[in-house]
Amino acid sequence: MNTICIMCPMGCPLNIQEVNGEVVVTGNTCKRGQIYGVEEFTHPKRSVTALVKTESGGVVSVKTSTTVPKERIFDVVAEIDALRASDDAKIGDVLARNVLGLGADIIVTGTAKSGVPA
Amino acid sequence: MMGTLNFDVVIIGGGPAGMAAALSARKEGASVLILERDVRLGGILNQCIHQGFGLHYFGEEMTGPEYAERFRKMVEQSDVEVMLESMVLSLTDDKELTVLSPKLGLCHIKAKAVVLAMGCRERTAGAIALPGTRPAGIYTAGMAQKICNIDGYLVGKEVVILGSGDIGLIMARRMTTEGAKVKLVLELMPYSSGLKRNIVQCLDDYGIPIKFSHTITRVVGSPRMTGLYYAPVGADRKPILEEEQYIDADTLLLSVGLIPENDLLGATRVELSRITNGAVVDENRMTSVPGIFSCGNVLHVHDLVDNVSHEAEIAGCSAAKFALGECEEQGEEVAVVAKDGVRYALPQKIHRGEGKVQIFFRTGDVYKNCRLIVESGEVVLLSKKCQVLAPGEMGSVIVDKAKIAGDIVVRLEK
Amino acid sequence: MAKNVDVIVIGGGVVGTAVLDRLARFNVSSLLLEKSDDVAAFSTRANSGIVHAGYDCDPGTLKAKYNVRGNALLWQDAEALGVKHLQCGSIVVAKAGQEAQIEKLRQKALANGVDVEVWNREQTLAFEPSVADDIESSLYAKSAGIVSPFGLAIAYADRAVLNGAEIALEQEVVKVEKAGDSFKVATKDNEYTAKVVVNCAGEYGANINDLAGVEHFETTYRRGDYFILDSTERKRINTVIFPLPTAAGKGILVAPTADGNVIYGPTAVDTVIDDTTSSLNSLDTIRRSVPLSYKNPTFNKCIRIYSGLRTIIGHDFVIGESKLVPNFVMAIGICSPGLTSAPAIAEDLCELVVSKFSATKKENVVERLPENKGLLELDEQELNSRIAKDEAWGRIVCRCEKVTEAEIVRAIHSPLPACTVDAVKRRTRAGMGRCQGGFCGPRVMEIISRELNIPLDKVRKGNGEDSNIAVCKVGEVK
Repeated sequence: MNTICIMCPMGCPLNIQEVNGEVVVTGNTCKRGQIYGVEEFTHPKRSVTALVKTESGGVVSVKTSTTVPKERIFDVVAEIDALRASDDAKIGDVLARNVLGLGADIIVTGTAKSGVPA
Repeated sequence: MMGTLNFDVVIIGGGPAGMAAALSARKEGASVLILERDVRLGGILNQCIHQGFGLHYFGEEMTGPEYAERFRKMVEQSDVEVMLESMVLSLTDDKELTVLSPKLGLCHIKAKAVVLAMGCRERTAGAIALPGTRPAGIYTAGMAQKICNIDGYLVGKEVVILGSGDIGLIMARRMTTEGAKVKLVLELMPYSSGLKRNIVQCLDDYGIPIKFSHTITRVVGSPRMTGLYYAPVGADRKPILEEEQYIDADTLLLSVGLIPENDLLGATRVELSRITNGAVVDENRMTSVPGIFSCGNVLHVHDLVDNVSHEAEIAGCSAAKFALGECEEQGEEVAVVAKDGVRYALPQKIHRGEGKVQIFFRTGDVYKNCRLIVESGEVVLLSKKCQVLAPGEMGSVIVDKAKIAGDIVVRLEK
Repeated sequence: MAKNVDVIVIGGGVVGTAVLDRLARFNVSSLLLEKSDDVAAFSTRANSGIVHAGYDCDPGTLKAKYNVRGNALLWQDAEALGVKHLQCGSIVVAKAGQEAQIEKLRQKALANGVDVEVWNREQTLAFEPSVADDIESSLYAKSAGIVSPFGLAIAYADRAVLNGAEIALEQEVVKVEKAGDSFKVATKDNEYTAKVVVNCAGEYGANINDLAGVEHFETTYRRGDYFILDSTERKRINTVIFPLPTAAGKGILVAPTADGNVIYGPTAVDTVIDDTTSSLNSLDTIRRSVPLSYKNPTFNKCIRIYSGLRTIIGHDFVIGESKLVPNFVMAIGICSPGLTSAPAIAEDLCELVVSKFSATKKENVVERLPENKGLLELDEQELNSRIAKDEAWGRIVCRCEKVTEAEIVRAIHSPLPACTVDAVKRRTRAGMGRCQGGFCGPRVMEIISRELNIPLDKVRKGNGEDSNIAVCKVGEVK
């Protein structure tokens, strides 16, 4: 497969193939690209960011504390949709642990809009 | 309501550029005021809830609001003064500002140095003279992002995106994970204007098609958009109407470019670049008006906030030194010229002297396997092979000031 | 709901609102029915905003009569109502060899009683340095100028309301029926009776006539596209620059707007009712035509394009009472110079209507609207004293046009309340600048949501239930 390394802004174009049972990455210019290429080929993972509703009907942004398998993104989003945060939730608060057993927690990354004069 | 306030350094804008500039100016010992128009510091970062910030600056990947929070905390812990909900109405070459705020009314501020950090705005449907009807359903990607991530509402359910700027790509993913159907991305140019990783992670991951060298020929529907016609473009970038196609959509997001918001400079003699739409600056990020500095997206549009923070630190530090009368003796000034495929290079002026200076540049097209050359007079300061250079990804080179032998040329060679 | 009034005015364009404003000065009860979310929602908001001098109309026509009279009245009304305007004159420019056409216009001007001068190149340049290099002469009309067309209609509407008239928005007329000596007028959800009906329905004028079973008129429609440029371009132009007129109209002009922008347009494309779709072709026509009369086109400073419809019935306006059905009064086919003519048309129609009731003048009539200055029109002391009483005066919502929250709140609670983002925009200019509401749009939505106590996803851009900007809360897409 061909993809682009996203470990840094360089964006090296990667070619990844299985040769004699071994995953071979070419096009990378650093070690992280090698690791990324192998992972992207074998079990691609992504961070998920989304919004959680607050008690008073606002929203607050959240992220997974670590990456989750790419094919489970929408499952994780559904779990996040079902969560509720308090109005004073703050950055770093953990809203759920080990979501779907994938090893990632759901962490608050922002502050709900409040005190906006409108 | 009050007399004139005096500060060494006044920073206009409290986004990532403004906060970093303020902190570095304060570190130099200057008294610093940030003027921020929103109700909180952080700027557009507050609505960029996706990952991808801070890897370079903080050595860890974080979301926009988290990146903003790091700086906001540092500002709070410093004695940098902050005026929120404060809009600068005017700025003069003498660094006199009039500012409107709900708490203080119309006030006058005098600074010894000013740092411009107002960010940029999005090009609109009007600016590109988008043909067809003008219904509800057409928004800039950033406005849709604000309504989504801050206010918690979606602007549509069946989406087409025009342009492949980063915010558009990010919103393609955002709308998709929120349950909207992003049907198509159209890009006028034969290449993306956004970062490659956003093409991979925001479009490819979700099977969202992107059509390069395509544009919209007509928006349909009123009072709400119901669809649009689009067509491939020829070499002149004009649509080939015989190949027009129709697609149903209730929403069109525009990600067709960002424009540094320098409208405040109308009454000043700050020289603006026709290419970047930002100020022309030297390596200290000082504009053509002594004591007025510029950094971040109001200077030139960046891809990465980390670069904004670094640039702002240069501007803030220089502004403080200027204000405190601690500027070091500067050597002769040389011009930095972009040529042969390089669209612009920044700073546009560099002084001869000691130390190193980083020159940022963007190319005007996608170039593969080319050579980037930086020359000064007869001296080749740098010559390096590049696999790929694209307009969507800002590049940089570091040159040794001591080796400067005349005007610097940044160019490409096949 | 059923309601009984003396007069119903159908259509809230500049003609309808001007008629209502005049009627409101008399002791008759009058009601205006408008199908859109706001007055000035169709042709009135999308035209050139030019106050024509009247040299171009064929002598003896209603157009000539109302244009010349309207010009005089309009300047007075704009002044009294605080509507943005500028009597900057106009020039029709000609190349070498086109002197005869200029002379023809001058003759018409003489016949219509319009003061004009024929200028050579030097005189033209002294007044307007930006005319194209091969312009050799011009016809100058000093009584011409520019006005905010929607500003005028909104001001008429506001003053009419203050003087006791009523305006019902989102009331599209579906039935007009003569019943005895009055009319039954129905909308989708209401029924009204009135002794007199005044048809000012613009594009739909002939349709309303047909509904009422009065004279039938064949109508054609001509669309005009425009570019609006950034206010930075205003300094490049002093006056309204017309090319020589053609059979299709007054041609593609370049003009400042009363709000401080510049417009290029309109084209003249034959089309059908309701069509305000800008086309690539038509926009290209403007790109090609503007440089023929104007030296400094800056299409790259475009901030918006728009398109308006001219409703054409024969060669003249249709104004007066139906000969078939008494008390049905009409002002239809009001294409250019309709904006300029509106005050004069209203003057005559009002007289006609009032005479039917032998109505007397009201004693205390509001002449001037409540002060409606914006931030930029206030001096420092006044501004600070307002902020001290209301912080909203210190809170800029629209950064491009420098519009404060207080101005937006005032618009939402004006005599004819602004309930949509576009209605707020027309009254305050929030969203009319170079970012086109990209920044202030969500804030304006929030303020409307708060002031009208409706959820954010019920805040609409303009007309129509489905013009809401936010469509649902996140997580509720299904």
